Amino acid sequence: MSQFRGWLAVVRKELTVYFATPIFYITGFFFLLLAGYFFYTNVLYYNIISFQAAQQAANPQIAAQLNPQQMVFRPLFAVIGIILLFLVPFITMRLLAEEKRSGTAELLFTYPLTDWAVISGKFSAALVIYLILLAFTTSYAVVFGLITRLDWAAVGAGYLGLVLLGGACLSLGLFASSLTENQIVAGVVAFALLLLFWIIGWVQELGPGVLGSVFKYLSLLDHYENFTKGVIDTRDLVYCVSFIYFFLFLTKRQLESRRWRA
Amino acid sequence: METMVEVQDLTKYYGPHLAVSRLDFEVAAGEIVGFLGPNGAGKTTTLKILAGVLAPSAGTARINGYDCFTESLAARRSLGYMPENVAIYRDLTVAQFLQFAARAKGVESIEENREIDRVVAACGLEEVRHTLVAALSKGFRQRLGLSQALLNQPSLLILDEPTIGLDPSQIVEIRQLIKDLEGDHTVILSSHILPEVSQLCDRVIIINRGQIVASDRPENLSRQLGQGSRVHLTVDGPGGEVEAALQAVSGVNRVQSLGENNFLVEADRGRELRPELARLVVARDWELLELKSQEFTLEEVFLNLVTEEES
Repeated sequence: MSQFRGWLAVVRKELTVYFATPIFYITGFFFLLLAGYFFYTNVLYYNIISFQAAQQAANPQIAAQLNPQQMVFRPLFAVIGIILLFLVPFITMRLLAEEKRSGTAELLFTYPLTDWAVISGKFSAALVIYLILLAFTTSYAVVFGLITRLDWAAVGAGYLGLVLLGGACLSLGLFASSLTENQIVAGVVAFALLLLFWIIGWVQELGPGVLGSVFKYLSLLDHYENFTKGVIDTRDLVYCVSFIYFFLFLTKRQLESRRWRA
Repeated sequence: METMVEVQDLTKYYGPHLAVSRLDFEVAAGEIVGFLGPNGAGKTTTLKILAGVLAPSAGTARINGYDCFTESLAARRSLGYMPENVAIYRDLTVAQFLQFAARAKGVESIEENREIDRVVAACGLEEVRHTLVAALSKGFRQRLGLSQALLNQPSLLILDEPTIGLDPSQIVEIRQLIKDLEGDHTVILSSHILPEVSQLCDRVIIINRGQIVASDRPENLSRQLGQGSRVHLTVDGPGGEVEAALQAVSGVNRVQSLGENNFLVEADRGRELRPELARLVVARDWELLELKSQEFTLEEVFLNLVTEEES
C-alpha cells in the first residue's frame, strides 16, 4: 500500500513538472499539428477517390478501395508511429537524466521508495502525457464517424497498437535517460535506438535466414503494422508488453548500479 | 540506551581510492552527534552510505537495526536526510514539493496537511509556501531541505552541512531548530563550523583520511586533547615587568601578551597555575582584574589531531 502511494506520489510529481514546463505544450502542439495535417490530407485523398467512384459507379476496383479505415486511418496510424520516434525522446529525455544532473536523485533515493515505484511512476506519468496527446486525435475518428460508416473495431485495434507502441518507445526512452546526466545525449540515444528497432526488420529483405527472422521479430514496425491493419495478434501483444518490461527492467538495473559506481 | 546507528568496519573505495577505512562507531537514540573532518576526510561518504545512496565496499551500517544496504527500504523509513547541496525540483512550488516528499515518505493521507503545516512552521517557510523552488534564496532552499528531512518525524536525522550558505540570523534559527530536536530525534550532523558542533552536539566524532581519530564530548576533547592548560589574566601593572614575572613562575611554558594588560599563560597539561599566579600578582602589589582558566577550542583540538595524524 505504501509503495502504491509512493508510486502515485512520483506520478503526480512528474505530471506537475510536465505541465509546469513548456516541453509538454511544444511537443503536444507539433504532434497534433502533424497528426492533423496527415489526417486532413488522407481525408482529402479519400474525397477525391470517392468523387471518382461516384462518377464511375460501375468500376468495382475503385469501389473496393473506398474503405475509410484502409484509406484514412491505416496510413494515419502508420505516420503517427513515425512521429512517435521523434516525439518520445522529448518526453522521456528529462525523466532520470535531469534528476542526476541537478542532484535531486540523491534526495529521491533516500526516500523509502523502491526503485520499481520510482521507475514505474516516471513511466506511468510519461504514458499519461502521451495518452492525453493521443486522446486529442480520437476526435478525428469521432468527426469522421459522424459523416461516414467507420469500422470502429479496426480503429480501436489501431489505437491499441498506438498505446502499446507508445509504451514501448517510452520505456526505451526512460532507459536512455537513465544512462546519462545529459538530456540531449539521452534524447539522441533514445531516438537512435528507436530508429534501430523500427528498421531492424528490413534486414530480412536481404535474404531469408534465422538471423533475418530474429531481426524481423524484434522490429517494432512489423508488430505495429498488424494493429494498423485492424488485426490484434497475441504475438504482437506479448512482444510489446515484453519490450516494455525488458527496458523498465534494464532501467532498474541501471539505477541499482549507481550505488556501486558512485 | 537503545542504539540507533551502528557502524562496523565500514570501508568504501572509489575505484582505487580509499575514502573510508574500517570505520566503527555507534550513536544512541536521542543523541546529537557531530561529524568533523577536513575536506575529503570521508564524512559525506559515510553519511551517504547511511542514507542508502551508496553501497559500502565492506563492513556494515545499520539504522534502527536494519542494514542500510540489504534492508535499505526499512532503514530509510527511519531516516530524514538533508544532503550537503540541497537540490530540489525547481519547477515545483514549496507546497508541491513538500506534498510529494510527504507522500514519498509514507505520511498518512489524513496526516498529510497537518504534517506539512508543522514542518513549514518549524522551518519558517510560510511566506514562500507558494513560491517556485527556482525562485527561492539559498537560505530558504536550505530550510526547505531541512523541512523535508523532518517530514514523517523520522527517528534519525542526517544533516550534511545544514547551515552552509546561511546568513548569521538564519544560522542561529536553524541551530535552535536542531537543538529543539534533541531527545525526540537522533541527529548526525556534519559541519565545518566547529563552534556550531560544540554548541549543538552531545558528542563529536572527528575523522581524518577515512578513519576516526577522536570521539568524545566536545568539552572532554578540549580537556584531554588540548595541548596543556591555559590561564587568561588581566593585570593592572607595568606590562614588561608583569610578563617577565609570569614567565619566571615554575611550570610556565609560554606567556603571550594580548595587549591592554591581558596575558595568556600556558603550562603543561594538568598543571593548575591559578593559585600561584594570583599570589604572585598580589605579592607584587599589582591589581588583579581577571583570572580564568581557558579551555582549548574545538578548532584547536581538531587542528592538533589532524596535524598529528598528518605528521
